[in-house]
Amino acid sequence: MRIGSPELALLVLALPFASFLAIGLIRPLRRRGHPAAAVSILAMAGAFLTAGAMSWQAIPVARGLNPAVLWSWLPADGGPMASVGVWVDGMAMQMCVLVTLVSLLVQVYSWSYLADEPPPSLGRYYAYQSLFAFSMLGLVLSPGFLQMFVFWELVGLCSYLLIGYWYDRPSAAQAAVKAFWITKLGDLGFVAGIVMLWSGTGTFDFWPLFQAAEGGALHVDGLTTIMFLIYLGAVGKSAQFPLHVWLPDAMEGPTPVSALIHAATMVTAGVYMVARAYPLFALVPSVLTLIAWVGAFTALLAATMACVERDIKRVLAYSTVSQLGYMMAANGAGAPEAAFQHLTTHGVFKALLFLGAGIVIHHFHTNDVFRMGGLFGQRPWVGGSFLVATLALAGVIPPGFFSKEAVLAGVLRAHLSVPFLMLLATSFLTAFYMFRVVFLAFFGHAPVHHAHPEPPVAMDAVCRALAVLTLALGLRAAVAGHHVEGPAWLPWISLTWAFAGIALAWATYQAGRLDPARLAAAFAPIDFLARRRYFLDDIYGGTYRLLLLGLSRVVGWVDRYVVDGVLNALSAGALRAGDALRRIQTGQPQDYVYGVALGVLLLLVWAQLG
Amino acid sequence: MPLHAYLVLAALVFVIGLFGVLTRRNAVGILLGIELMLNAVNINLVAFSRFRADLAGLIFTLFTIAITVAEVAVGLAIVIVIFRVRRTIEADHLDLLRG
Repeated sequence: MRIGSPELALLVLALPFASFLAIGLIRPLRRRGHPAAAVSILAMAGAFLTAGAMSWQAIPVARGLNPAVLWSWLPADGGPMASVGVWVDGMAMQMCVLVTLVSLLVQVYSWSYLADEPPPSLGRYYAYQSLFAFSMLGLVLSPGFLQMFVFWELVGLCSYLLIGYWYDRPSAAQAAVKAFWITKLGDLGFVAGIVMLWSGTGTFDFWPLFQAAEGGALHVDGLTTIMFLIYLGAVGKSAQFPLHVWLPDAMEGPTPVSALIHAATMVTAGVYMVARAYPLFALVPSVLTLIAWVGAFTALLAATMACVERDIKRVLAYSTVSQLGYMMAANGAGAPEAAFQHLTTHGVFKALLFLGAGIVIHHFHTNDVFRMGGLFGQRPWVGGSFLVATLALAGVIPPGFFSKEAVLAGVLRAHLSVPFLMLLATSFLTAFYMFRVVFLAFFGHAPVHHAHPEPPVAMDAVCRALAVLTLALGLRAAVAGHHVEGPAWLPWISLTWAFAGIALAWATYQAGRLDPARLAAAFAPIDFLARRRYFLDDIYGGTYRLLLLGLSRVVGWVDRYVVDGVLNALSAGALRAGDALRRIQTGQPQDYVYGVALGVLLLLVWAQLG
Repeated sequence: MPLHAYLVLAALVFVIGLFGVLTRRNAVGILLGIELMLNAVNINLVAFSRFRADLAGLIFTLFTIAITVAEVAVGLAIVIVIFRVRRTIEADHLDLLRG
């Protein structure tokens, strides 16, 4: 285990936060837009260098040493209830480097991508970006569940704000609200789980919990329920079945946001959390098995939907859901290090795929892959970068090859044969749908097209940098001599499936040997269901209408007929009584005098009788 | 004569005045009725003053007479103004305050 310097970790946290405060509070900076972008990018570059230095300086230590630096928080009678701080072990440092690097590249890319936006919107965008980087780094460095939950909600907020960046588009506003609510559904479980865990153990901090768990001294009633609830948070955040429906809609946000938040970093927070809290999950095998099954099923389900999707960004979104399923399956199979490895490599090449897709969309002015073609000839660098990322995602070249193999080996080691077969089928489908996009958009005939704007230099450079990074990661993994404990046939069978998928995509969409319609007819039921997204959106919509609108209707009826009815009856009674009593006032003084005299008489009689 | 004879006389005068106020339709008649009621009170005051040997009652009566004169002057002035505006002093027609 390696430990980094907590001071540097705090600096990594402070830089994006300072940038957020500066952009958020200094009005001229925000309203002018471009200075805000410069501030945010500079802060991010500083954070990246600091994270790199922290990772570089990290020292190896014995396993028994606590990697957290804590300050007490929430004072109470019996000592502080929780603590905040940073936890700088190897996993957190690697994640810090990934988050700061991808954030930096995406922010540089966004400056060109959103150059035509009005300056105030650009300032707002960079304020959100800085806040997101701060929140994500805070989540990654959390030394306990409570701090993690706080930052967990903050990244959810940033995701909402950035999906709804073009909030005057109804579809974007709707997608933002959908993402927010569906992830909140999972977060309800998360917060209930950590509070139950706290009431059982008296602490939110990872270190004492892990020590007790590994020493077999953690005795909490209903630990299975608690861990299941905590896992629910990851289901929402990491888009696992059945809460995955928000992620494809989240593509309404700008493409760089999809690359950063909805592919490389935020959506992997669930995977990271399960990997981080693995010593606790290891105590509840039933929940682990559930995680593995749900992960593998999500991977397969999302892959089938990606095969029929026409929108390039949504293909990538389903591919993200599918890869998150891979990672979760590895977590569930007891191989969190494989999950984490796949998380980091996937973060790099999926960001590259999204940023490449941004250039493709910029070029063709459409998201529909069937209206693209022949980009490879015109933009060989973009095509080459996209192809590198695609091959890595399909598991053909390292680093994707190694990390995917590690996941498969981990699942096989845990004797989860059905999830293993699902994941193998997914790797076939992954190769198929990714090369479907490559063949349709980069090869084939270019559509008749008016102008071919050069992609801005910054966007192109960022894509090349990520492609080089992907290759370098792969080279390092290959040179380092990757050891995966698994049967010798595993790499061959996974490669065979991947090549089979590529071949099928080539035969269908490039060579024209197979008619796509006949291929669809061969898998008619799956095709039918996948095109309708397995009716999940309809089920959610129907449930929403049934429950929420039904309840509103009942409440509306009560309001209209009971609450309003009482008030209406009261006011009608007052009107009628006033109308009746009005007639007493004749306006003739003699009648009043008569009344007074009568009253006095009655008083006299009463006095006499009493 | 005993005290209650004066009091009965005052009560009679008061009730006659009240009857006039309630039944007369002419505003001047109503004013006359009010005069009778006030003088019934004066009779009471003088009678008590005499029988209890207390001059305060007499002084009160003098004040009441002065105020009554002023009141009649103001009341008649109002009646004249009403007559000028409405061309009538019939109480039945003066019902602007009817609800």
